[in-house]
Amino acid sequence: MATIIAVILAAVLTENFITVKTYGICPFLGVSKKTSSAVGMGVAVTLVMAIATAVTYPIYKFVMVPLKIEFLEIIFFIFIIASLVQMLEKIIQKLSPSLYGAMGIYLPLITTNCAVLGVTELVIGNMDAVYGSVSAAAAYGLSVLYAFAAGIGFTLVMIIMSGMREKLNCYKTPKALAGFPIAMVTASFICMAFMVFKSIAV
Amino acid sequence: MNKYKKITLDGLIFQNPTFMLVLGTCPTLGLISSAFSAMGMGLTVIVILTLSNVLISLLRKLIPNEVRIPCYIVIIATLVTFARMLLEKFVPDLYDSLGGFLALIVVNCIILGRAEAFANKHNPLEAAVDGIANGLGFTCALTVMGVVCEFLGKGSLFGYHIMDFKIGMLATPAGAFIVYGLSIALFVYVIDVFQRARRVKANKLARENLMTQGVE
Repeated sequence: MATIIAVILAAVLTENFITVKTYGICPFLGVSKKTSSAVGMGVAVTLVMAIATAVTYPIYKFVMVPLKIEFLEIIFFIFIIASLVQMLEKIIQKLSPSLYGAMGIYLPLITTNCAVLGVTELVIGNMDAVYGSVSAAAAYGLSVLYAFAAGIGFTLVMIIMSGMREKLNCYKTPKALAGFPIAMVTASFICMAFMVFKSIAV
Repeated sequence: MNKYKKITLDGLIFQNPTFMLVLGTCPTLGLISSAFSAMGMGLTVIVILTLSNVLISLLRKLIPNEVRIPCYIVIIATLVTFARMLLEKFVPDLYDSLGGFLALIVVNCIILGRAEAFANKHNPLEAAVDGIANGLGFTCALTVMGVVCEFLGKGSLFGYHIMDFKIGMLATPAGAFIVYGLSIALFVYVIDVFQRARRVKANKLARENLMTQGVE
């Protein structure tokens, strides 16, 4: 139980993907102008991150390592993610047209999102610092949990940022700072706030 | 010759991928806390971008339009895999300092963006020039910001200790965001001032021409 809490806290707060690892900045800056679109993007990314890790982790550990083709991981992973996203899009379109209307447009963008490829690459590396020593099956479960929690952390920061940017629209900014620069300065303050969570020792 | 000059200037300044188009932000923000890793990232991207541009440009008549994006991704992923193996073998320091961002070059928007916007419409030589120019633009931007962040944040330059005074915040992602944001603002402002000055000069010239013609 303690390990599960530690993994969730690490993924959501202490090692937040945007503010600490700086993965997935393109959607963070591009889709955070409105809260509704930020939530849609966040949910889509969370879903794809969890499913992608659930698929790539066993493929890497139980197929690629025994066959000694670990060096092909980038090519394999990017293809698995691209086809997963395509498949997910079709499934959501069939099952729930309203959900598709809400987050369908964000799905194709996710293929080239560093956060998804980043988390799949991260969990196959050395995660002892987060998990402690656990069995192979438990490591698989924790990896999927880590990916899901990292997606939640991503969504959290997206929502905070979109709220701040909606407020920011009410003020006049100097011409050179308008657009991306002021968004980055805002993001910098969010990062500073998240630095507080470094003191959580789990 | 003029064509190549335009491609180079666009890649380096007027369409600089880092400052003007704000592409490839993840490695930028993740690596500018150290000038060495920022420059290493830039150099790796130059090589991969130039090779991918040339390859895609050579294959542009063979790749069917409907499946072009997956084809580009295969080419880029293969190049990144090669780069990763070579760096791990020959430059292990850089390999360690780039960490996860080395694999993430595959999803770097600059490379796919140049393939889609330039390389599939131009001949290999132009594509190579474009790749080098854009890669250089990216490298220069990263190195400059890396030097600023490392000098102020760690009191050192390329790993060599220089001073004891340091603002630790600038060596973290928070500092990276603020330095990147302010650099974009400064870059856009300087270019704006130059272009305005050039416009004023051109207007003045046109007016003088008109005046002399009127006198004649």
